[in-house]
Amino acid sequence: MKKSITLRGFSPYRLWSQLPSIESSHLPDVIMFAAGIAIFYGVASVGRSWFGPFTPTVEISRSVWALPAYAGYSLLRITIAYALSLLFALVYGYVAAYNARAERFMVPLLDVLQSIPVLSFLPPVMLAMVALFPGRQLGLEMGTILLIFTSQVWNMTFSFYASLKGIPNEMREAATVYRFSSWQRFTQLELPSSAIGLVWNSMMSVAGGWFALMVCEMFVLGQRDFRLPGLGSYLQTAASAGDTASMFWGVATMVLLIVLLDQFIWRPVIAWAEKFKVEQVESTDAPRSWVLNLVRHSSGLAKIRQKTLRPLGERLLLYFARKHTEESSEQTAPAWREWIVRTLAVLALAGIGYGVVRVVMILSGLGQVELRETARGLGATFLRVNLALLLAALWTIPAGVAIGLNPKLARIAQPLAQIAASVPATALLPVILLVLIRLGGGMGIASIVVLLLGTQWYVLFNVIAGAMAIPTDLKECCSIFRVQGVERWKRLILPGIFPYLVTGMVTASGGAWNASIVAEYFHFKGQTYTTTGLGATIQQATDSGDFHLLLAATIMMAATVVMVNRLLWRKLFTLAETRYRLET
Amino acid sequence: MASEPIIEARAIEKSYPQPDGTRIQVVGLTDFTIEPGKIIALLGASGCGKSTLLRILSGLSLPTSGAIFWHGKPLGSESPNVAIVFQSFALFPWLTVLENVEAPLEARGVAAVERRKRALRMLDTVGLDGFETAYPKELSGGMKQRVGFARALVVEPEVLFMDEPFSALDVLTAENLRGELLELWLNKKMPANAIFIVTHNIEEAVILADRIVVLGRNPARIRSDFNVRLSHPRDRKSARFVELVDYIYKIMTEPDVEHTLPDPESTGEIVVPPGGLKKGQAPVKSSRYQILPHARVGGVAGLVELLHDRGGREDLFRLAEDLVMDVEDLLPILEACQLLGFAWLKEGDVQLSKQGAEFADADIQARKVLFRKAALEHVTILKQIDSILRRKSDHSINEEFFRDVLDEHFSEDEVQRQFETAMNWGRYAEIFDYDRESGRLVQTEVAQNEPAAEAAPVAAVPRPDEKQESTPAPKI
Repeated sequence: MKKSITLRGFSPYRLWSQLPSIESSHLPDVIMFAAGIAIFYGVASVGRSWFGPFTPTVEISRSVWALPAYAGYSLLRITIAYALSLLFALVYGYVAAYNARAERFMVPLLDVLQSIPVLSFLPPVMLAMVALFPGRQLGLEMGTILLIFTSQVWNMTFSFYASLKGIPNEMREAATVYRFSSWQRFTQLELPSSAIGLVWNSMMSVAGGWFALMVCEMFVLGQRDFRLPGLGSYLQTAASAGDTASMFWGVATMVLLIVLLDQFIWRPVIAWAEKFKVEQVESTDAPRSWVLNLVRHSSGLAKIRQKTLRPLGERLLLYFARKHTEESSEQTAPAWREWIVRTLAVLALAGIGYGVVRVVMILSGLGQVELRETARGLGATFLRVNLALLLAALWTIPAGVAIGLNPKLARIAQPLAQIAASVPATALLPVILLVLIRLGGGMGIASIVVLLLGTQWYVLFNVIAGAMAIPTDLKECCSIFRVQGVERWKRLILPGIFPYLVTGMVTASGGAWNASIVAEYFHFKGQTYTTTGLGATIQQATDSGDFHLLLAATIMMAATVVMVNRLLWRKLFTLAETRYRLET
Repeated sequence: MASEPIIEARAIEKSYPQPDGTRIQVVGLTDFTIEPGKIIALLGASGCGKSTLLRILSGLSLPTSGAIFWHGKPLGSESPNVAIVFQSFALFPWLTVLENVEAPLEARGVAAVERRKRALRMLDTVGLDGFETAYPKELSGGMKQRVGFARALVVEPEVLFMDEPFSALDVLTAENLRGELLELWLNKKMPANAIFIVTHNIEEAVILADRIVVLGRNPARIRSDFNVRLSHPRDRKSARFVELVDYIYKIMTEPDVEHTLPDPESTGEIVVPPGGLKKGQAPVKSSRYQILPHARVGGVAGLVELLHDRGGREDLFRLAEDLVMDVEDLLPILEACQLLGFAWLKEGDVQLSKQGAEFADADIQARKVLFRKAALEHVTILKQIDSILRRKSDHSINEEFFRDVLDEHFSEDEVQRQFETAMNWGRYAEIFDYDRESGRLVQTEVAQNEPAAEAAPVAAVPRPDEKQESTPAPKI
């Protein structure tokens, strides 16, 4: 039975557990990790070789009246990137789900790609894009969109793939026995089955998109200053100038935009997606949306639909149905297609091999000192990330449990927390730094605060959800046997929230590594604030154009994240799924 | 049969490859025909491969060897005009009732107006007037299955396949729907030439079918195939009806014994003789490794107690009726009782053995001892586990070892079920403890202190009384 995906289902790690077991050979993993490195090399070297001297500079206005336009620019970028992500997710997920041979490689590759911190791609991607379109804003725009795309696409792809794999067998058989064409199967079976997963993951992706956008719109690489008009650049400019009022207005606009998106896009879409739940009974507290009700009851819209979409859909349906009926008699895959696939596979392998060889050559050219520095940075960032996680857990567990066990409190606290969480940590980065530097705190503290801000919400929401899910009879049982205080936490609450906590921590860990890239290094009023860390190393390497160091640091970070995921989080996740699962 | 078969299966077999390269056979060498004008019921215990057979006959999956013919032409050159009613309904929850019924017509390229007309007419036929715009989740199980019927019938299939269509419904709803289905069929309102229904409910088969096929398992093989000559409407209480049900019970519970149809003139006509073998056909090869019936200890204990209460002997059919249990659920428990030597079957009756009576009388601890004795004497896998644990110095072993043993004989799902059952029995019998997390089996102290089963004196387990002809010996 498919579980409906709720807040707690946000993590891609949860999707693992829904996947059918794929042959657990390590070979595809290794190849895919190598491929990830090779892709990175490709992107980065293009950036380096095509690096043009010209840099467009755009003055970012600090006027409040510029805000609507800036917000619009930012929104447009996110929308384009989202559309691309959706397209990619559908194609990649489809191929991975239906082509058994491709699946063995595509799924591990996806797993590696989604654990690589997006922002570590920022410098090379930006350099490449600016170089591709020298002298134009277009390159910068494309780079930003590409980065937002990489921050959005993986979990959506994973979700679509997992949904396809989870379609009940008898439904598939029904589609086959009733001779559905591939189009009808897609629109009436596959897309609806994956709708809920796609919607929730889209929400999460767009949130991730804001996170990336805030950094991408404006950043400094050495002497070059890249700017795009948008909310992110507005906030950064305001922070650099120490303009508190503008910063306030910027953040307010951000929050407003997110609330509006929630009301006008996400809530209606979630309420609408309710009908795609594969449940056999109607649930009582289905999500509702007033916007959706408006749309549904508008007769004008209905008329337009009647005149345009309906006939179009009908035509497509019948076209594919007739084609399908004609085709079904002769079905043999031509041999040349097989050969094309083989040739492509060989070429891809050759490309991967070349990339890996080049990377190894470059890395072997690195000096001892540099490597030691990078390793030290890795250690520092590792400690910082985990300290932030620990701090987050320390305050969110008691707070989350208190909120979750008290429905009255939950009703007030939850929406507030949601708004607070929806503001991307990167948007607040300049604000926090400004405040902390004024207070005399250094970059070390500031970076941890930023990491904390980026991570704590996932943990908090999951803990609340977990505390709410503790069954009443267990709570009553504890009261009857007078299990109180520490004992109550040990026997009831902690085991009860454990699966949720793990889910939250996994997501938080990924977020923290991602944020570390921007949290450790900051240009402010012409000065550079920095602290020891891998993120800082990456940024520094970019600034100074030290391509070898950049490559080494990024690979190290990706490898660490992938390893931590595999060795720690996935194990905990399995434990949570088996031992601490409350059977219903 | 005079009429040309619609679907004919010639020498089909189905097997699945295992990870280790061997193959597990699910459907043994089988010939089969579906001829027009008949309701054919396929009966068999759960997991015996009857659904697989349905999927092969309907063209959903291909046989490993052999061929399916559709009106005499090999399948594949032509897509057969068939429909399936599924156990889980398999309706699309995001489509309304009407849209669900229209979907197969859309797939065939029928234009919108015509489509709607036909779908509405079919919804009317199955009694779903007024529910056109409802979503499946708003409907009760019975209503959902009506949608399933409407969707199947709207394409006017030549053969209507049904895969346990009533087993997800409650008893009354199922009865009602069954009656309506039969009415449509008898009144020729059904736009289908033949019905093929897979079921594990014997009475359902006898009520509906013109021809009944009983399937044996491991691999699926036709054990009996006969035409039913009772006239409609069939009365469940009539002597002939009961006789026929009893006969099928016997075939299913005592596969090794030959049974004869009672009064063939009035009840039925044999297509394939009982015992499942046509003349000259090779005997069904039983699986080399003992198969544990999927019964829990609680079920075994419950049945033994019940039998003891009733004086140690009870008619099988009555027992099932009183317990309101399907054979599917009762059979494994009965088999477990037989396997453990607690009871045996004779002429459709269950007879409690001496050990069974002793077990029923014992208290909790004594029962465990009795169960352990019986298990170590009769159950191969538990015997193996016990002897290996004895030989190991740390008295523990990883579960993987036994999974590997089972892997050689069973399909992946079956390995899991066999393992679960073995763990359930072994833990109850205190032969070993099983730690699911580490996946280790550890011998209990009780079992360590006991002499090994092989060394135990034969007299420890008394033979059943003389009236019994043979305790079904565990097949090894």
